[in-house]
Amino acid sequence: MAKKKPEMKMVRIYIMGKEYKVPAGLTIMKAMEYAGYRYIRGAGCRAGFCGACATVYRKEGDYKLYADLACQTTVEDGMWLVQLPFTPANKATYDLNKIKPDDKALVNFYPELARCVSCNTCTKACPQELDVMDYIQASLRGDIAKAAELSFDCIQCGLCAMRCPAEIAHYHVAQLARRLYGKYIAPKAKHLEERVKEIEEGKYDEEMRKMMKKSIEELREMYNSRDIEPEEEEEAKEAD
Amino acid sequence: MEVAYYPGCTLKTNAKVFEESLINAFNKIGIKLKELNKWYCCGTVYSLATDNLMYRLAAIRNLIKTKEEGFSKLIVPCSICYNTLKQANLMAKEDEEAMAKINAFMDEEPDYDGSVEVLHPLQILAMKLDEIKRMVKKPLNKNYACYYGCLLLRPKEVAIDEYEMPTIMEKLVEALGGSAVNFPLKNECCGSYNVVSNKEAVVDRVYRIITNARKNNADAIITSCPLCHFNLKEMQKEVKKLHPDFVEMPVYYFSELMEKAFKEG
Amino acid sequence: MSLLSKVEELSGQNLYACYQCGRCSAGCPMADEMDLLPNQVILLTIRGDESVVEAKTPWICAQCYQCAVRCPKNVDIAKIMEALRLIKLRKNIDYIKLEKIKKNLPQIALVAGARKYTG
Repeated sequence: MAKKKPEMKMVRIYIMGKEYKVPAGLTIMKAMEYAGYRYIRGAGCRAGFCGACATVYRKEGDYKLYADLACQTTVEDGMWLVQLPFTPANKATYDLNKIKPDDKALVNFYPELARCVSCNTCTKACPQELDVMDYIQASLRGDIAKAAELSFDCIQCGLCAMRCPAEIAHYHVAQLARRLYGKYIAPKAKHLEERVKEIEEGKYDEEMRKMMKKSIEELREMYNSRDIEPEEEEEAKEAD
Repeated sequence: MEVAYYPGCTLKTNAKVFEESLINAFNKIGIKLKELNKWYCCGTVYSLATDNLMYRLAAIRNLIKTKEEGFSKLIVPCSICYNTLKQANLMAKEDEEAMAKINAFMDEEPDYDGSVEVLHPLQILAMKLDEIKRMVKKPLNKNYACYYGCLLLRPKEVAIDEYEMPTIMEKLVEALGGSAVNFPLKNECCGSYNVVSNKEAVVDRVYRIITNARKNNADAIITSCPLCHFNLKEMQKEVKKLHPDFVEMPVYYFSELMEKAFKEG
Repeated sequence: MSLLSKVEELSGQNLYACYQCGRCSAGCPMADEMDLLPNQVILLTIRGDESVVEAKTPWICAQCYQCAVRCPKNVDIAKIMEALRLIKLRKNIDYIKLEKIKKNLPQIALVAGARKYTG
């Protein structure tokens, strides 16, 4: 007996004002491609990490504007979509080596931070659910470490900057905060500094030279017989 | 006793000495100032237009956070922040329609009902003058001009004392062993944010205020506002350029005097 | 909408209550920097003279409320000055360029300047 083909559930979406019927359960990105659109901008990793596919949408009967990533959001019946492949946000030019990481550093390069009215629209727009208003407030009062910490997972999709009434470029401010934090404020890794010094002093030069002279077979032999657990080997040697 | 404390952006940057000296001074009289866990820039100047509700969001949000953290009083040292939060609080108590709109907009926060009391530290200190007198180890022996500026006294609904002849700061100075001079320009505006775009106006105002204080025998001038402090202190160099015979005067926050007087000799 | 109606709506004040006593201008700390005195601003607004919107006066006003507190008819002149500023700011005409102002100002000055001088 022939099996009855299961019917695919379709939903109605509107891409830039035009209606399409697409299978339910697809992401916005896949649904747009199903409808025949080809992404030449505004698509990247397709995994929620690069921030290229910023989308603003409205649901039927709902007055609110929602913002999310096209590759991560499932389509719903009655969705009205528009893509934002680029946000023309202001980015200051700076030389990291010349900036003093004091409590005016961020507000000097981005004085529009002083226009923040704490409306929280940025936080509501963030697809990563970051505390955007909190890190902007921390930047305004010069708390670079807090701004760097709270903005860590920012994927720079630009949705916050697009919706901000004060025209702040949140993700650029956060990037400067993270750069200043990494360069001046975060504690330095001592063992890394020591290792870099050893390399610069030529401690590993001889071994590198020897290795570069070896043939493929010798290298393969060395690789296969390498110490995978060097600490255990050392302990075994000491025990002898 | 623990009370909620709202620093404002400048007490965390240019006016750190105000915050530190205030916390120390209050500790000495048994009050712990607990900074709010979450607070937001109040916006400095209160928005006066009848329909400009967005500019009042920040102030209301701070009051909501105060209530959320379980406090019914909020101490605000910075004069500008005090004025903005107090006026916003009055709006919350009196203007139902505005609050309905604001509460609906801030749908991620609980509704605010106007139940927090916004206070300035000087109001608390005015009720603790006897304790303050007892804590004084080194009485201040100088003459001080108590400069109120505008926002601690105006509009009338938010004034911490009588707006033409205030005495609240003078009584504190006397409790600390100092002598407060009476100088008529004590509540005359220093020029405020004109320092951003119209510095000369501020320089002129500062010249008049300090000269008036000195004419009334003041040795130093004290204030509660980081903007007045910035204008009065930093613009004195500019005043000197225009008036070579101008004699500069030190500027302090009132809490710095308290710290000085409470310190063991 | 006439200038007077716009200012009355934004400020919530009845400009006709002013009887030109001049106490506001006398008490205004910034009066000598202004091109039009506060009481003159009220008179010109009632007459519908658009020069008040182009004047320097609303931008020199420091919002110190001295005028509001001294007015014998309880007219809040501070609110009237705010209304005149907003007429320009709401058309997206800022009074200063934030990127051009002096660096290293305390946050209090920067935020106040941004609030008053930019829309």
